[in-house]
Amino acid sequence: MLEYVARRLAMGVLTVLAVTVVLFLIMQLMPGDPIRLIADPDRIPPHQIEALRRQWGLDRPAHIQFIYWLVNIVRGDFGRSIVTGQEVRVLIATRMPFTLMLAVPALLLHYTLAVPLGLLAAIRSGSRLDRAIIVTTSALRTIPGFWLAILLMLVFAINLRWFPISGYQGPRSLVLPVLTLTLPMLGGTVRLTRAEVLETIREPFVLTAYAKGLTHNAVRLKHVLRNALIPVTVMFFLALPWLVGGSVIIENIFAWPGMGRLLWTAITNQDLPVVQGIIVIIAVLTVGANTIGDVISGMLDPRIRIELEEGR
Amino acid sequence: MKVMAAPPETAILQVDDLSVCFETSRGSVQAVSGVSFAMAKGEVYALVGESGCGKSTTALAVMRLVPPPGRIRRGHIRLGDEDLLALSDEAMADVRGRRLAMIFQNPLVSLNPVYRAGSQIEEAISLDSVPRPVAWRRAIEVLGRVRIGDPAERALRYPHELSGGMRQRVMTGMMISRTPDLLIADEPTTALDVTIQARILDLLMDLCSHSGMALLIITHDLGIVAEIADRVGVMYAGSLVEQAPVYELYEDPLHPYTRMLMRALPRLGKGQGRLETIPGSVPDLIALPAGCAFHPRCPERLAICASQTPVSRVVGGGRTVACHRGEVDR
Amino acid sequence: MASTGGTRPPRRSPMRVWPLVRVALGNGQLVVGAILLLVVLLIAVFAESLAPRAYDAMDLTNRLRAPGPGMLLGTDQFGRDTLSRIIYGSRIALRVGLIVVVIEGVLGVSLGLLAGYYGGLADRMISFLTDITWALPPIVLALAIVTVLGPGLNNVMIAIALVSWAGYARLIRSKAQGLKNMPFVEAARALGESDLSIMFRYILPNTFGLIVVVASLSLPGAILSTTALSFLGLGSQPPAPDWGVILSEGIRFLYDAPFLSIFPGLALVWTVLGFTLLGEGLRDILDPRMKA
Ligand SMILES: Nc1ncnc2c1ncn2[C@@H]1O[C@H](COP(=O)(O)OP(=O)(O)OP(=O)(O)O)[C@@H](O)[C@H]1O
Ligand code: SF4
Ligand SMILES: [Mg+2]
Repeated sequence: MLEYVARRLAMGVLTVLAVTVVLFLIMQLMPGDPIRLIADPDRIPPHQIEALRRQWGLDRPAHIQFIYWLVNIVRGDFGRSIVTGQEVRVLIATRMPFTLMLAVPALLLHYTLAVPLGLLAAIRSGSRLDRAIIVTTSALRTIPGFWLAILLMLVFAINLRWFPISGYQGPRSLVLPVLTLTLPMLGGTVRLTRAEVLETIREPFVLTAYAKGLTHNAVRLKHVLRNALIPVTVMFFLALPWLVGGSVIIENIFAWPGMGRLLWTAITNQDLPVVQGIIVIIAVLTVGANTIGDVISGMLDPRIRIELEEGR
Repeated sequence: MKVMAAPPETAILQVDDLSVCFETSRGSVQAVSGVSFAMAKGEVYALVGESGCGKSTTALAVMRLVPPPGRIRRGHIRLGDEDLLALSDEAMADVRGRRLAMIFQNPLVSLNPVYRAGSQIEEAISLDSVPRPVAWRRAIEVLGRVRIGDPAERALRYPHELSGGMRQRVMTGMMISRTPDLLIADEPTTALDVTIQARILDLLMDLCSHSGMALLIITHDLGIVAEIADRVGVMYAGSLVEQAPVYELYEDPLHPYTRMLMRALPRLGKGQGRLETIPGSVPDLIALPAGCAFHPRCPERLAICASQTPVSRVVGGGRTVACHRGEVDR
Repeated sequence: MASTGGTRPPRRSPMRVWPLVRVALGNGQLVVGAILLLVVLLIAVFAESLAPRAYDAMDLTNRLRAPGPGMLLGTDQFGRDTLSRIIYGSRIALRVGLIVVVIEGVLGVSLGLLAGYYGGLADRMISFLTDITWALPPIVLALAIVTVLGPGLNNVMIAIALVSWAGYARLIRSKAQGLKNMPFVEAARALGESDLSIMFRYILPNTFGLIVVVASLSLPGAILSTTALSFLGLGSQPPAPDWGVILSEGIRFLYDAPFLSIFPGLALVWTVLGFTLLGEGLRDILDPRMKA
């Protein structure tokens, strides 16, 4: 198992590395001289431009630049914002908590709603309640997040005045953005939970569990749920990066001072170091979450563990 | 008519007029219709019949584990002095495993893949309020009793790490771990190869003779029946058409269907005699033929057979048969 | 080519179309989805005759008017008619959806075919590409690509396509792996058909059902993502009547003119719902095993 975790981690590091290489190559392909993003060649004398070039390492060949860049990233140094001159890592460190402040509660709320709903739908499968749960949560999926945000603002911030409309003004500000992140994806998890439970209930080993004398609740808890929730648990870990990604849009609408808004500002300003820094961080987060998901699924299901340990 | 093959005071299981149906979209499948039989303590009773005749459903009904959309429509099931169909869900759960256990038809998928073999047995044992370490030790003992080599190590394996025969023995161990009065084994050897089949049967027989456990075994294999059963019940289209001590049944089958079964056997009572196909087809359990369910295929049918359902009669020596011909001839 | 006639992969004969249509009509989801989309399609085609005014006709005397006679869905800050803008916007939504799906489909299907047919190194390289694509949430990767390409609807469409080809590739890959050892493919190979010809003339036609299902299931997502990027100001630029643009302009007047934020969203949900129902209906008919 330890060896397997180590191998998964190594794979993850490799993927992140590949992402950064691709990222760097793409940025190299950007049209125009990157120096023009830092200084306007029409107004700054050429010798100063040369000095700037040296300072930013732009006079060196591309592969050397890449190695410097990579080494710096590994040391946690993403460079400075071209626009504000602030250190990228400081920028990210101040914004990240705000993004997590949305993503983590959204994730928890999502699962505390979706798993019981899916379970209920499965236990009452075929009933009107089942259909109602499935139809409502699936319909939510067709509502674009940014429009849902607007609707929530209209109803709960403008008309009812229950929550602040935007910005961070204490815990009450969390409610609308968290709901916006939570609701659209509900349907997927509800359906997954329901399908897994229904499939597991039909497994012969459930009959065995009854035959040896377990009560209804013991069978449901220790044999049905225990097995059905394996894929659901794995999805839990895979969902975090999705939420962080989704926060780009949500944070913009709610003027939320998180990483998503930072990324958007950086993109509109062509502030490359900031864009690169954020993307590397999100890639690390995503690959890390995938790795954790794999390891957890291996821990929960010995069949997968064997498959993973022997295969690949 | 009541059938009392084993004297009531020694009967461990008594099934009376049991009917089970599955409510499907096509209609009501009459899987078991009016089955009655009884088993004595320590007795080995075999249920035989073509595929789909209701053997598994009968067994599941005794366990009160008929899966939806199935439903027990009628009848009584007594285990010792307990009326199983009258018990609450909790009381029934308490009976299962402790007094009544069952090995299911497909041993390869009947163990939970995410728990170790030993834990699954331990889970059963600890239902008797045994502390966990003790339960684990007993689980290992049980594995030894079902003749698994190196039981302490095997207890730690997951089901998919064990061979088919090994899994079947784990299942058997789990079900006998609480020394039930009655064990039901639904085709316990079908998926296994011949040598392992023989060992599992050996094991089951041993358990019966040593612990006085009664065994209800379901099988297609008349060879197995001849080897291990004390008495046999023959099922056709949801009904128990004949039952008799194994020797009598093979020597002198009374029901025309039993006779066809016997003829379909190449070498009687020897080796791997399996049920061969019998001319005609199994009736649709949604629309059973009127009268005797077997009459469309019966070479000996009488005029009355198409209109009147034959009732099970005791014909001496613990034998019963449900056939009009007997009524006329004997 | 005549010599290969006998090894042609089995084609659906026209005889089998009718039963399919009957099944389609029996599938409620598919019928409802098709009706929703038919409405959008008709609106898009006849936009000139349906829209009361041009989508960019300003009327500074009638700014931010609430819905009422003459301006059914109100006007925006330049006095432009919202109804007309939404009507013209349907053209953008449909075009965007189709173009994105075509680009990602061509990319994903070709790479999937290559990976599945050749296996080995090609397969490993392509699955490495897939891994990289999936190492970032799609929206973030799309943003990174837009950073490089610059804002604009075309660039956004390319970006969305570049982040979503991998799903097609994975499915087509496994289908191609299954098909490449079928007798009719072996026969074609024995007759000396080139690899390219086998891939595109023998294997590809047998994956059409799958492609149709995947494409129609990913259409709603394509429309949603591009609209979202337009909403962020990175896609269509004003005065384009893109629903995302209308919404992002409207959100500035949430207090005075909430209708500007409601109706374009309804149009978007209508269209996305149509494609979702259509996609799920098609999946149930063409490839029931894909059902989650
Ligand atoms: N879940 C179900 N739904 C509908 N019908 C069922 C269901 N389970 C069993 N049946 C029907 O009940 C009848 C009896 O089935 P059962 O499994 O008891 O047969 P069996 O004698 O055990 O057959 P086999 O030898 O193949 O195991 C069959 O005709 C079957 O079609
Ligand atoms: S009752 Fe009639 S039809 Fe049925 S088995 Fe006896 S003889 Fe045959
Ligand atoms: Mg059976």
